[in-house]
Amino acid sequence: MSKKDTENLKDVVNQAIDSQQVVHVKLKDIGQKDVDIDKLTRPSKETHQEYWGRGLSYLAIGLIILLVGSIIGFVGIHGLATFFRDHVNLWQFLSSTDWDPTSGPNHVGALVMIVTSFLVTLLSALVATPFAVAVALFMTEYASKKAASFLQSIIELLVGIPSVVYGFLGLTLVVPVIRAIFGGTGFGILAGMLVLFVMVLPTITSLTVDALNAVPKHFRQASAALGATHWQTIARVVLKVATPRILTAVIFGMARAFGEALAVQMVIGNAVLMPYNLVTPSSTLTSQLTTQIGNTVMGTLANNALWSLALLLLVMSLFFNILVRMIGKKGAK
Amino acid sequence: MTKIITTKAVRLKYGNSEALHGIDLDFEAKQLTTLIGPSGCGKSTFLRCLNRMNDDIPNVHISGDIKFEGHDIYTNKTDLVALRKEVGMVFQQPTPFPFSVFDNVAFGLRLARIKDKALIEERVIESLKQAAIWNETKDVLNRNAQRFSGGQQQRICIARALAVRPKVVLLDEPTSALDPISSAEVEQTLIQLKRQYTFIMVTHNLQQASRISDQTAFFMNGDLIESGATEKMFIKPKRQMTNDYLNGRFG
Ligand SMILES: Nc1ncnc2c1ncn2[C@@H]1O[C@H](COP(=O)(O)OP(=O)(O)OP(=O)(O)O)[C@@H](O)[C@H]1O
Ligand SMILES: [Mg+2]
Repeated sequence: MSKKDTENLKDVVNQAIDSQQVVHVKLKDIGQKDVDIDKLTRPSKETHQEYWGRGLSYLAIGLIILLVGSIIGFVGIHGLATFFRDHVNLWQFLSSTDWDPTSGPNHVGALVMIVTSFLVTLLSALVATPFAVAVALFMTEYASKKAASFLQSIIELLVGIPSVVYGFLGLTLVVPVIRAIFGGTGFGILAGMLVLFVMVLPTITSLTVDALNAVPKHFRQASAALGATHWQTIARVVLKVATPRILTAVIFGMARAFGEALAVQMVIGNAVLMPYNLVTPSSTLTSQLTTQIGNTVMGTLANNALWSLALLLLVMSLFFNILVRMIGKKGAK
Repeated sequence: MTKIITTKAVRLKYGNSEALHGIDLDFEAKQLTTLIGPSGCGKSTFLRCLNRMNDDIPNVHISGDIKFEGHDIYTNKTDLVALRKEVGMVFQQPTPFPFSVFDNVAFGLRLARIKDKALIEERVIESLKQAAIWNETKDVLNRNAQRFSGGQQQRICIARALAVRPKVVLLDEPTSALDPISSAEVEQTLIQLKRQYTFIMVTHNLQQASRISDQTAFFMNGDLIESGATEKMFIKPKRQMTNDYLNGRFG
């Protein structure tokens, strides 16, 4: 092998190492003295860093998986004990309105909480969505940059307010007004819905803004070139294209409403009574949990029954997640 | 021959920089005119002036005189909707909406508040046939228009533009995002249609310009250098600059 050939080979090998490509070189073809063969077999500094980085992130992932696993396991074991150890009938749990777990396994019916939770969630999302879409449209389509970023910061502020503050405002402002108008105590689904409306509005709005901004510009151009007015373009193209992502935004809002405890507990009344109208006291899954968990002893039926409510919440949040994914997949088609 | 669009001393400024320095160019009805010239010379800018698509860009200032069938299109009273119904546009990237083929082509008709279902269907079918995409779509009119090849998508967009029966169709590099076979299909479509419509097309493909256009206009740095019958210009350009460009000496 001539000196020039060896030089070339050296270059090829070094280049390959630099670009981290795998090359098949017959080592015996290269003069031992000409090329630093160790360079190929000895792990480089970058490789070491790679091992470390990967190791650390695997460790972190492992910890999180362990954490999530034990949360689900713990809630699952206690929540299912109601059915397996205390022999409460699952159907009865889901369909009976008789909630008095201290009186024995025949009085564990969660229907009131289930219905109330769903009602406040659906109603608040239903009312919040048109507002959120309107605000988001204003921000993305009509407002100047300044106005849009001003609104954006207001929304962020609303997200940041702790839920106890919303609950307190609801208690001092909303409940008395409802009492004055409809009579009764003022506590109930209507009050809960109004508080949750304010709480989910910023969530749905900011996600809807993202959804509208994600609509490619060339759709708007094509629509305008076909003679559409700005409003026609919004109604017939932008909203239509963004619909799957807007639905996702609504579901995120619903998930937040469904899981909200403190603010709801302060205005819902916390009586386990079937809500035959919107202005009598009732109780949600979360409010029942927060108000009762301190009054029970670990391991008793009353305690396990509360864990069953927690399990139901967990299952519901899983359901919301799956729904979001399904819509995302359909939208991608 | 009749001039369908006439432009006089068209100047356009983006903010402070002038992109068009006074263009005088007239377009014959039912002819295919191509605008050629190096990148950044103002072809797209000029094309967008003809259906006022530049209106949506902030800080644009346009002066001069642009007439469609003798009517100034830059008066305060000009109805953009009516103008764009007469002067349609097809873009470089195929831009079908993520709706069905049928809804895409019917889009402009529905915008115009045509309610008659039979008429809409008739127009959609006719337009798809005109754009030479009928055979590929007739059994799948309900399929999402984005689930077609690039060339098919572009022909669906041409059908969409034709559905409102415009007199002029502007095309900004309609084949440059397409593979050779798809772009040949689109070219073929344009050749078949050019006796019924007035086409004004920007292209970087000089062979394409010579193959399909009747008239050619050569732009450079915001000026119109030369315009005229395509054959004449390609065989014997009047200006040295045109000659250099056509022979690939710059651009
Ligand atoms: N929205 C805009 N804002 C500011 N300047 C612009 C804008 N659009 C185009 N320009 C400028 O105007 C000039 C002409 O651009 P134009 O897009 O019309 O060129 P073109 O001939 O179509 O080029 P190409 O062949 O690359 O598409 C260029 O210098 C460009 O930078
Ligand atoms: Mg261009």
